[in-house]
Amino acid sequence: MTIRRKTMALAGATLVAGISLAALAEYETLVELGYPAPREGELVHVPPTMQDLDEADIHPELKQVIRRGHDLFTNTQQLRGENVFNDMNCSSCHLGEGRLPFSGPVWPAAVTLPDFRGKNQHVNSLEERLAGCFAYSMNGAPPAYGSDDMLALSAYHQWLAKGVPMYPDQPIYGRGFPRLDEPEQAPDYARGEQVYLEQCAICHSKDGSGHYQDGKYVFPSPWGDGSNNWGAGISRTFTMASFIKYNMPLGQPMSLTDQEAWDVAYYINSQERPQDPRYTGDVRETRERFEATFHKHTLYGTERQHDGTLLGDHANMGEKKEMLPWNLGVPRFEDLKD
Amino acid sequence: MNSLSIATSLGLLLGLTAWPALAQEADPERGKAAAAVCGTCHQPDGSGRHVADGESWPRLSGLNAGYIANQLHDYKEGRRRNASMQPFANMLDDQQIVDVAAYYAKLPVTDGQGGDEADEAQLARGEQLALRGDWNAYIVSCKSCHGPGNEGVGSTFPGIAGQHAGYIEKQLLAWQAGERDNDAQNLMGAIAKRMNDEDIRAVAVWLSRQPVASE
Repeated sequence: MTIRRKTMALAGATLVAGISLAALAEYETLVELGYPAPREGELVHVPPTMQDLDEADIHPELKQVIRRGHDLFTNTQQLRGENVFNDMNCSSCHLGEGRLPFSGPVWPAAVTLPDFRGKNQHVNSLEERLAGCFAYSMNGAPPAYGSDDMLALSAYHQWLAKGVPMYPDQPIYGRGFPRLDEPEQAPDYARGEQVYLEQCAICHSKDGSGHYQDGKYVFPSPWGDGSNNWGAGISRTFTMASFIKYNMPLGQPMSLTDQEAWDVAYYINSQERPQDPRYTGDVRETRERFEATFHKHTLYGTERQHDGTLLGDHANMGEKKEMLPWNLGVPRFEDLKD
Repeated sequence: MNSLSIATSLGLLLGLTAWPALAQEADPERGKAAAAVCGTCHQPDGSGRHVADGESWPRLSGLNAGYIANQLHDYKEGRRRNASMQPFANMLDDQQIVDVAAYYAKLPVTDGQGGDEADEAQLARGEQLALRGDWNAYIVSCKSCHGPGNEGVGSTFPGIAGQHAGYIEKQLLAWQAGERDNDAQNLMGAIAKRMNDEDIRAVAVWLSRQPVASE
């Protein structure tokens, strides 16, 4: 089987009202792989590629900055020890350079922010949202607002959103990691372990430490010190289940059943990882404080199914030196509150 | 009694021939002798040969020993099929397989062949597929499994940089046609089937031109 491909004449293609054949054709490959097809009324956007950037009619310095953003996005390890303290790149979870539907495509952030965010209960800018990724998913401390790295990452996000209207009313096709239907059976640790060993361990290692070759990162760690911390979005079981269903094993999306995806997500998210940076010194208290806005979806601060271990009951930060990065717990617009 | 001697006693008790694990300490010197027959095609220095419009012989020098051993076992046991290779693999016993694998793994890496006449567009496409992939077609980059520099990851994902273009091309086509399927979890097969002939040719020539440092 060879899938037909066509080169886009223009950078990106967006469809706001109705679904054009052009936009559909771009995602034909995904649909053939079993992904849901765009539905009537959805905003279907095909973000421009780096090749499109080469040909784009924009200032050469802007091109350079967008390229720098792309480079940071796909090789975030270059910020290791400064902003990143685990083994992740942005593109470890946002596959396809942040362009891919059902893989947390990142361009929607550029057209839906600033917006209120439930996780921190205030209005966030694009930079603050990116800072959140650094604090949790990268177990790090974000680059400063307005810094070169922040600007480059923001510019890359905005470039990917080229042509999409700001604050679109329509639902976005493939946005985030769409929640799977509830599994028929409650997620199970032992079944999840079985799936992990059969489907994941070959790359990510039995002990979840991922894989390094000659000191260079190849496969990210699904848990442990090299992984995201307990406060990262993907430590929510439903997010991990969706990420896996739509993206794993690499190159074979949609190959696991929903039940397998839920089970293996439950297994992975039942393992230890660096502490939630919002840790108060007491895991049960921390869970309670952020239960409604976040931890009701994680296993943090609960007793593990198969052995009763209290998850997250430690002050281990992995390689990170300070628990609370500068961007967390900063109130906004206090003066607008009653 | 350690577990090894338990295994030995168990083997003796059950009247089995020597437990293979006992004899599997690799000896590259013994491997060199056993590999004499391999050199006819793979060359005495393990460099193999790109054969235009024929069957190319892969470079073995510097490949991961575990990977070479796995492939030889797969030939013997029919999981990997190749008319020229199968009879030779059948000549090797388990001990000779680990020895031969260790021997080739230690040889200095030689240059890949078959990419000299590639044009610029082909090389650009090859580089894209090798390093970044083409997600519009859900072709994951080679690098994401074959590792930084495409020099291989463990015994599962072989080094493909500096391999002969003709060999890489033939293997991808074999995966595409379902003639090769001894990869773990169909990880390669799934991707090969999304590539067209030009993609395969492009990535093969680009990879063949990439230098690999010897260990």
